[in-house]
This record gives sequence, structure tokens and C-alpha cells, in this order.
Amino acid sequence: MADSTYPLPGSLETTPKRWSQAAVLEWLNSWVITVDHKKLGILYMLYSIFFLLVGGAEAIALRIQLFHPNLHIISPEVFNRLFTMHGTTMVFLVGMTYIFGFANYLIPLMIGARDMAFPRLNALSFWLTFFGGILLYYSFIGGGGLYGAGNAPDTMWWAYAPLTERAFSPGHAPDYWALSLIVTGFGTIGASVNVIATALCMRCKGMTLMRLPLLVWLNVVTSGLALITITPLTAAQVMLLIDRYFGGHFFDTQAGGSAVVWAHFFWIFGHPEVYVLVLPAFAIANEVIPVFSRKAIFGYPAMVSASVAIAFVSLGVWAHHMFTIGMSSAGNAFFVLSTELVGIPTGIKIFNWLATMWGGKIRFATPMLFCTAFVVQFLLAGLTGIMLSVAPWNWQLHSSYFVIAHFHYVLVGAIVFCIFGGIYYWYPKVTGRMLSEKLGKWHFWLFVSGFHVTFDTMHIPGLMGMPRSIYTYEANRGWGTLNMIVSIGGIIQAIAVLIFAVNLIWSYFKGKVAGNDPWDAWTLEWAIPSPPPVYNFATDPVVTSRRPLWDIKHPEDPDWKYE
Amino acid sequence: MLAKCQRYIPLSAKCAGILFASFAWQTAFAEGPQSTPSIFAPASTPATSIYGLSLFVLAITGAIFVTVASMLAFVIFRFRQRGEDDTSEPPQVYGSTQVELAWTVIPVLIVVVLFLTTARMIFAIQDAPQPKSALDVTVVGHQYWWEFNYPKLGIHAVNELHVPLSSPESPKPTYLTLLSADVIHSFWVPQLAGKTDVIPNNINKMWIDPQHPGLYVGQCAQFCGVEHAKMLLRVYVDTPEDFAKWVKNQQQQAVSDETVAAGRHVFETQACMNCHTISGTAATGRFGPDLTHMMSRDTLASGAMANNKENLREWIRHPDTFKEGSLMPAMQLNDQQLDQVTAYLSTLR
Repeated sequence: MADSTYPLPGSLETTPKRWSQAAVLEWLNSWVITVDHKKLGILYMLYSIFFLLVGGAEAIALRIQLFHPNLHIISPEVFNRLFTMHGTTMVFLVGMTYIFGFANYLIPLMIGARDMAFPRLNALSFWLTFFGGILLYYSFIGGGGLYGAGNAPDTMWWAYAPLTERAFSPGHAPDYWALSLIVTGFGTIGASVNVIATALCMRCKGMTLMRLPLLVWLNVVTSGLALITITPLTAAQVMLLIDRYFGGHFFDTQAGGSAVVWAHFFWIFGHPEVYVLVLPAFAIANEVIPVFSRKAIFGYPAMVSASVAIAFVSLGVWAHHMFTIGMSSAGNAFFVLSTELVGIPTGIKIFNWLATMWGGKIRFATPMLFCTAFVVQFLLAGLTGIMLSVAPWNWQLHSSYFVIAHFHYVLVGAIVFCIFGGIYYWYPKVTGRMLSEKLGKWHFWLFVSGFHVTFDTMHIPGLMGMPRSIYTYEANRGWGTLNMIVSIGGIIQAIAVLIFAVNLIWSYFKGKVAGNDPWDAWTLEWAIPSPPPVYNFATDPVVTSRRPLWDIKHPEDPDWKYE
Repeated sequence: MLAKCQRYIPLSAKCAGILFASFAWQTAFAEGPQSTPSIFAPASTPATSIYGLSLFVLAITGAIFVTVASMLAFVIFRFRQRGEDDTSEPPQVYGSTQVELAWTVIPVLIVVVLFLTTARMIFAIQDAPQPKSALDVTVVGHQYWWEFNYPKLGIHAVNELHVPLSSPESPKPTYLTLLSADVIHSFWVPQLAGKTDVIPNNINKMWIDPQHPGLYVGQCAQFCGVEHAKMLLRVYVDTPEDFAKWVKNQQQQAVSDETVAAGRHVFETQACMNCHTISGTAATGRFGPDLTHMMSRDTLASGAMANNKENLREWIRHPDTFKEGSLMPAMQLNDQQLDQVTAYLSTLR
């Protein structure tokens, strides 16, 4: 493969801009009307990080209220709104958008394409998601309705019926919640179609399916899963709105409706959703771990099939969120088995990461620190998941702080750690400058210690009988000290995230210039300048293996001989 | 294999149990006189079986964690880059089918063991046949309080559930039928059994057979609205004599004391009677708790505060003081009426 495949920087650059009012407006306009996958990817990421800060602030408010038993810093009404908004924000506005941030930015670069398959659908999807999020937060103002009877939603992020029916939730809170999820759901569907079409149809010459970088593979699986699972969620929201506005009785138990049906609809979305969120995090780890271990990923075909298997099995496990809802014993047993089966492909992934690191020369730069912590934490999250899958034990642990600790281990310990790792890894590509390693180390060590102080401790009150979503607790239950520790850990994490935000801004202006390939990596995006030109690749690249840049750097020992 | 697992449970109870349970207990009792509803301090067959199973699962998951985490620690230590200038690449390994097979088959075996043990326990607890000696109680969840009806005894108790002591020699389990008047709640007293959701328009069942007398606390475990946090549960496990005494008292009509007739008049002429029942009076409301024997209870407002005269008066004057968002309205009674109603209610033993 000739070097001319990869154009030199500056060969097709435009003249630099001058700062004037017109130029600023034009610059802003260029972000609004853009259909460029890189700009949309950045928009998705900024949106995701913004709401990570908002949702994090909500979590801190909750933790301050729970610092001590019987505090009255936040009223019960506000507390319930805050935890509902915290959950909804983190899952739908942070989780569902970081996926497409990374996918949009990286997939075309990694498969040697000039853009996504449907650039305008891409822009539409982002702006739908954007306005969906605004709609959700507008509920703080508009949720009151004509009589001031409501506010932001206060029914938990799973919004169990019949609490969301008119009889129990007057005002417009559940309406904003439902509409916002429908709108962001459409955005997700558009983006998912785009990811799948891009990965299947836009690959450069030589990029066979079994040479796709694992990040691309996992995003394809994620998008397929999202396409399947957003549908029942949207259907349920539409039924809820029919109940509330047209006198339907789907979930209206006072008129013969069923509360259990809502639970089924919600969790048949809600459980695969966990994998929709976590697979793109695995995707990041799959790129970072090999590069920093200086070894090819161990067992590429096993990793691909494990991902597909996780997605497939995850469609049949939803009722493990409903072990306490009164299913038959045979039903419970079925969902125990299906849930525990997910552990097998997940275990395979952990072992493959371990084997990738085994025998390598691991460089612990900030991205790798985050991904190493991710592997440990994901292992623990998986093991508490096994505990929760044991239905009789689940009857005790369900809806307790143990569950909260478990899923924050997944959502923060796995997903947020991978997001941070991914941002440290690709920030140089996006901006042309490295993030500060010094601030990065501070960020990592503070965040990892805050994380463990909070979420390791949080398992224990659950074992001691503390249920979730309570705005305060009795003083004589013995949960006080533990909750205090949990809250302190939350504040440590918040400081770490602020350091990260400072790092993002500071490094943009003052960071070390990155160059094309600061990490000595192997996928196609590192072959082009940082930041990449609008057209990505001046000439279509041709690849001969899973690690095209390895082949160039090591012509004496290319990968394609072994694949 | 199943039999082997079953033998394994008491064995693992000894080793893993000491480690995990003692830790939870120590934290539980570190803060003075407590009533911690720990799932590791079971007092009834369902909770005890779950406790045994949980130790078994902890032992397995603990072993997995120690194995994998120590491998990871080894890798991080042994294969870290030594010296910045060492830029040579390590040997590239792309995978190994044998190794992949090994770490697929071992987890499969673990899953089989876990599943069989779990399934056995599900059937044992969930499908336990109801003995003739069992006591039936119908639990009705309301927004922020509990109603306990004893159909065979004709008792309508509130918030504090009294059940008889059970023992292997003379089993006297209590079978609960769970109903809801409004939204989904969940009945959870960790030391007696796992939780079961209380769902409107849907009937759920669970059972307990407490082996030690005493008070067991718990609370609603499914978010049910503003005051979900103060929907507390108290289960009193009484000796047979105490239980008989309690039943006898609850079956009486309400005390009728002429000295507090003024308070009774206020109760019957204000809106109180629309929501509350006091047997033998005009008050037959069903929306709020039955007050016929309210002074026989230790707490008010579903465990939100101790049941004494001062709290009762303040509760009637302004329910939001203790339970902001409770569905009981402040009736705007004047001081005299408040004193009279409080005096009247205080006689209802």
C-alpha cells in the first residue's frame, strides 16, 4: 500500500478565518446547518457532556438531602422530581447521545468513508434528540399546566402505571416525559439506521466485515438493538398519552387496565437498553486496550460473536426487573436462566481483554487508566448482576440500594469510565491538541476513588433493607453513616468531573499539538491530519487487514499474514 | 449435582457467611439502639432460605472475583511498560480457539449449577402449599399507608401487622393476599421474606412464618408517590397468648366514653367521618385508616411518628408537619376542637 493513499495535511485547506461579527455568525450557522458527520459527532458529544453535568448536579442535590436521616433540605416533591430527571437525563440524554457522538465521528473515519450514508438524516436525528431533551427540561416550566398541578416528572424513570395516569399525576409532567422520549426515540432510530447503513455500505476497498474495527462492529450491533427496543418504548408512550388524553384504559387500573402490561412494555425496552448503552462503551475499550497494550485484540471473531450473542440474549431477559411483580414460578425460573446466560458472552469479553493485555507492554496513559479501571469495575458489576439474577435473592435486593449500586457500577463504572477514556483517546484527533496528562491523572484518580467510596459503600444499605427512591430515612435503621460516606464520595466525583471540564477547555487552547498519530495507533482515523479535513480522505484508502497502520509501520510483519 | 449443591450451602455458610454477614452486622449496630432490617438477620423460613442461597452465590461470585481480579492485577503489574524509551513492540498474538473454548465452557458449568439451585429455591418458596393452620391476612396498599384485614377474624388493622409466632413443632404461618387501592406498592419486611409487589387490579400472594417474637420493620419498596419514604411497615410477631389478647381487643367495638362526647361530636360533624371508620359510630369512611382501635398502635401515619397526644394533635392540626404531601387534609379546626378531637381519639384503645 502506497503512502499516497493518505494525503498530507494542508493539501486542500481553506484560508484561515478572521474574527468579526459576521464571521462569528457564520461560524454558528455552520454548526446549525451542518451535515458533516464530524461536526454532528462533536455536537452529540457536547450535548452528552452538558447533560452529564446537569444530571450530575441533580445527583449531588439528592445526595445532600440523604447525607443524614430526616433532613429537610429538599422537599419530598422536589426530591422525587430530581431523581426522576436524574435517571431520565442520564439514560436518554447522556447515554443515548454519547453512542452517536462516538459512532458519528469515528465510523466514517475508521472505515475510510467521507461521511455517513445519510448526512441529512444524521442532522435531523441530532436535532430531534436535541429538542427532545429541551422538551423534557421545559417541563419544569410547562409541566404545571393551567392549574399549576404539575411540574417536572416525578414518577421515576420507569414511570410505572398507574402512577402516571391522570388520577395520580394531574398537570402535564408525564406528558412532557412521554413526548420527550418519543421525540428523542425518533432521533435514535434515525441515527441507528444511519450507523447500520454506513457500516454496511460505505466501507473502503479491502474493508471486509471481518476487518471492521471492533468499535464499528459493536456500534452496528448496538444500533440494531436500539431499532428493536425503541419501538415498544414508543408504543407504550403513545398508549400512555392515549390513556391521558383520549380516555383509553391500557394502564388505567381503575377502569380494568393493567399495571403489569406497562412494566412488560417498559422493560422489554429497558433491559436491552442497558446493552445499547454498554456495548458502545465496550467498543471504546476494544480500541483503547489493544493500542495501549501494544498488541492486537485477542480473539477478534470471539469478540464479534460475543457482542452479537449479548444483543440477542438481552432481548429475552427483561422480566428479571419484574421478579417481585408476581410472575409464576416457571416464569421466574425462565428469566433466571436467560439472565445468567448473558454472563457467558460477557465473561468471554472480559477474558479477551485480559488476554489482550497479557504479554503486552502496557502504557498507562490516561485513556488506558480509565479502560483498565473499567475492566475491574465491569467485572464487579457483572458479579453483582449474577447475584441479582438469582430470583429469590432478588426478592430481597430488588428496588433496594443494592440495585442502585449495581447499575451505577455498570452505568458509571463501565460506561462513564469508557466515555472518559474514549474522550482522552480521540480528543487529539478531534481538536488537534492533546488533553493535559497532568489534569487527566488528577481527573482519573479522584474519579476512581470517589466512585469506589460512593458505589462500593452503596451496596451495604441495600443489604440492610434500605429501599431506593426515598427522600429520607429513619434514624434508627443504621443507614446513617453509610449514606454519609456515599454522599462524600459523590462530591469527590463531582470535583473530578469539573477538573475534566476544565481540561477540555484549557487543552483546546493550550494543549500540546497532537500530530496525526499521537498514540502510535493502528486504525484508519490516525492516518489523516488532526483535526481531519472536511473530506476526511483525499483518496480512497485501501486496507489489507484489521490494523492498516500496523501493516504500514511494520512491513516486515504485517497482520494480513495471520488473519 | 443438585444434591451436591445442597450439601454445599451449609458449608459455604460457614466460611463466606462469617466474612460478609459479620461486616453488615457490625455496621448495623455501630450507631446505638437500632432496628436494622438486614437481610442477613433472617427470622422466617423464606428469608432464612434466601439467606442460605445468598451465601452460596456469594461464595461462587467471590471465587470468580478473586480469580479474575488477581489475574488482572498480575497482568497490570507484570506487563506494564518499563521505561519510556522501550519502544519495541511485544510479540503479536491474535487468539486461540482452545483458550476461548475453555473460558466459555467453565462459565456454562457455573451457570448450570446456579440455575438449578435457584430454580429449586423459587419453587420451594413460591409454591409452598398453604397448611390448614395458616392465618389469612389481606393486605391493601394505599397511598402512604397499609390496611390489614383478617377475613376470618373480622379485624381491620392498620399499618401495624400482628401475626402469631410460628415454630417447626406447631407451624402457624401467615399467608398474605396483596391488593392495592391505588398505585403499585411493594410489601417488604427483609427479615421475614423477600418483597412482593402490591398491584392494583391484580392479586399477589406471599407467606411468612416468623420464628422469633418481636418487632420487624420494613417499608414500601416500590415508588408510589410523594410520601413513599414514609410508608413504613411494622410487623409484630406475638406469642400465642399475646396474639389472642390482641385479637380479642381488636374484635371489640370502639370504646364509648361519655366524658369525650364533645370530641366525638366534632369528629362526626366535620369531614373526618368521610374518610375514617370508627365502629359503633356514624363514621364509616374507607378512604383513610380505620380508627376504631387507633390507640392500640405504637405509631401514627404509617410509622411517621410515635403515637402520643402531642403528635396526634399536631398531626390533626397540620399533617404536613410530619408527612408533607400526605393525603390527609388539614381540617382548619380551632384550638378547642383540636383538643376535643384529640381527647376523643385518645380513648380509642
